[in-house]
Amino acid sequence: MGLLSKKDAALITDPLADNNPITIQVLGICSALAITAQLKASIVMAISVLFVMGVGNVVISAIRNIIPSKIRIIVQLTVVAALVIIVDQVLKAFAYELSKELSVFVGLIITNCIIMGRFEAFALGNGLWRSFLDGIGNALGYGVILIIVGFFRELLGSGTLLGFPVLGDPIAKTGLYSIGYENNGFMLLSPMALIVVGIIIWVQRTRNKALIED
Amino acid sequence: MGLKQNLHNFKVKNQNKKWLPAFNALFTFLYTPNETTHNGTHIKAADDLKRTMNTVIIALVPCLIFGMFNAGYQHYLALGEITQAEGFLGASFWTLDNLLVGAATVLPLVVVSYGVGLAVEFVFAVIKGHEVEEGYLVTGMLVPLIVPVDIPLWMLAVAVIFGVVIGKEVFGGTGMNILNPALTIRAFLFFAYPTWMSGDKVWVHGAVERAGTPDAISGETLLGAYAQNTSLAGIDYWDMFWGLIPGSVGETSKFLIIIGALFLIFTKVGSWRIIISTLIGALAMGLIFNGVVDAGWIGESSKFYGLMSVPFWQHLIIGSILFGAVYMATDPVTASQTNKGKWIYGFLIGFISIMIRVFNPAYPEGVFLAILLMNVFAPTIDHYVVQGNVKRRMKRLKAKVA
Repeated sequence: MGLLSKKDAALITDPLADNNPITIQVLGICSALAITAQLKASIVMAISVLFVMGVGNVVISAIRNIIPSKIRIIVQLTVVAALVIIVDQVLKAFAYELSKELSVFVGLIITNCIIMGRFEAFALGNGLWRSFLDGIGNALGYGVILIIVGFFRELLGSGTLLGFPVLGDPIAKTGLYSIGYENNGFMLLSPMALIVVGIIIWVQRTRNKALIED
Repeated sequence: MGLKQNLHNFKVKNQNKKWLPAFNALFTFLYTPNETTHNGTHIKAADDLKRTMNTVIIALVPCLIFGMFNAGYQHYLALGEITQAEGFLGASFWTLDNLLVGAATVLPLVVVSYGVGLAVEFVFAVIKGHEVEEGYLVTGMLVPLIVPVDIPLWMLAVAVIFGVVIGKEVFGGTGMNILNPALTIRAFLFFAYPTWMSGDKVWVHGAVERAGTPDAISGETLLGAYAQNTSLAGIDYWDMFWGLIPGSVGETSKFLIIIGALFLIFTKVGSWRIIISTLIGALAMGLIFNGVVDAGWIGESSKFYGLMSVPFWQHLIIGSILFGAVYMATDPVTASQTNKGKWIYGFLIGFISIMIRVFNPAYPEGVFLAILLMNVFAPTIDHYVVQGNVKRRMKRLKAKVA
């Protein structure tokens, strides 16, 4: 027996694959489309959501027995909002350029359906440790998709990765650009993010036929 | 026993192999298969999918041939090596030099379009284990006709893969697609590589590589010039009608498109309702814009003035609205199916095309966007037409019973 029991481990591994919040539950699509034009922004977003979900699930789970059920949505919103403000302030203090780039989307973590969904569906009915694992698991599942999409969009759209010109310089025509390659401007537009997510969904369901619903 | 029997035996021997659909595709392309129906045949019709597709291709061939001559003609004309052709049969147009330049630039587009597209179809046929579908035959012919002559071939290849996979195969292949695959390919190129799909260089062969040198030549289209509130020198309406203007490879000659349209209507492959209603829609929008200009709401200083003040009937002979109406909007898979729906669908295509053309100078060619948009709405239009019919008949039924 390791650190996690089998049931607990499933809380982390399930959302990574067969119960992924983006590709299976189709939640949190808006932010996946909006901020994935660059890998760096995707990673920062993934970490921010990881923090908000992990801590948020624990907080909600801790006070789940004293929240009046009639106003639980408002209480949940307050918790998320508080955590998001912390993330926003930290980003502004230590990564100002990036926070400008992410602009409104950090604030919009509040409305990320995955977070409210997990609060409602899991943290309200489970203990601290399991809620924490569930939050981490779902945030990782979300982050993995974000990073995959961000990787392809930045590589094919701008020819860079994390800002490093991996394919050569498009203006000086070095590397791949010297043989006529050009960046795909479509990759920088949101519709292409939806198509990339669609392709991931397609690949995933081809590998695991049980996921196909009628 | 000849080659055909040997091939048939080969097919029977390898019945369970995964790659058999690929072999079958080539086999049935060359020969009629040996199999016959064992039970009674129910429908005997000559107009199967293959014949329908071939009819459209025949209608497109004149445009392709004209496109080759035109590519060379525009090239030499821009270089100043030949004089302007007077009319459709002008001496400086149908020359061998023009054809050679045109063939050298256009034929590779055709080869890449078909090669890549059919390769994707073969791969999917093998994966899914069904026979190769004929759906790409027309798409593969349309694609080279709706791109600029100088588009790099690898871009075309990438776009074809995208268009066939995302535009068609993910929905289940030929006959199941929501969007017209040829236009999906064009839209992909347009948004992915805008510098190669718009602007004032790409429409004439050689203009891009000469840009910035003393030998620079203009490669602008008429539509692009109008959008900038200017015009092209030395072009009159007859040039537009005959097609002696720069543009995408196969869409310039309105004359040949009309002949193709008549051919499609006569063979009942293309829907005349869609073609006519698209043109009516375009004329209606053009009239509205002319009215706006006549009323004095838009002055010459406005950036919309250039295209808004074009007499409404001229919208049909500049740009590719006619090509879109005849070959794209009538695609039986993505268009509306009901007769009333076809009128609405076509009208909106024409209407929106001209609206995009005038209001968005960045997309002077709005036809493909308008058709893609209406492709999405076609099932909705059909739904309401059918529901309306059901409602009307229910009412009649009630009146009878009562």
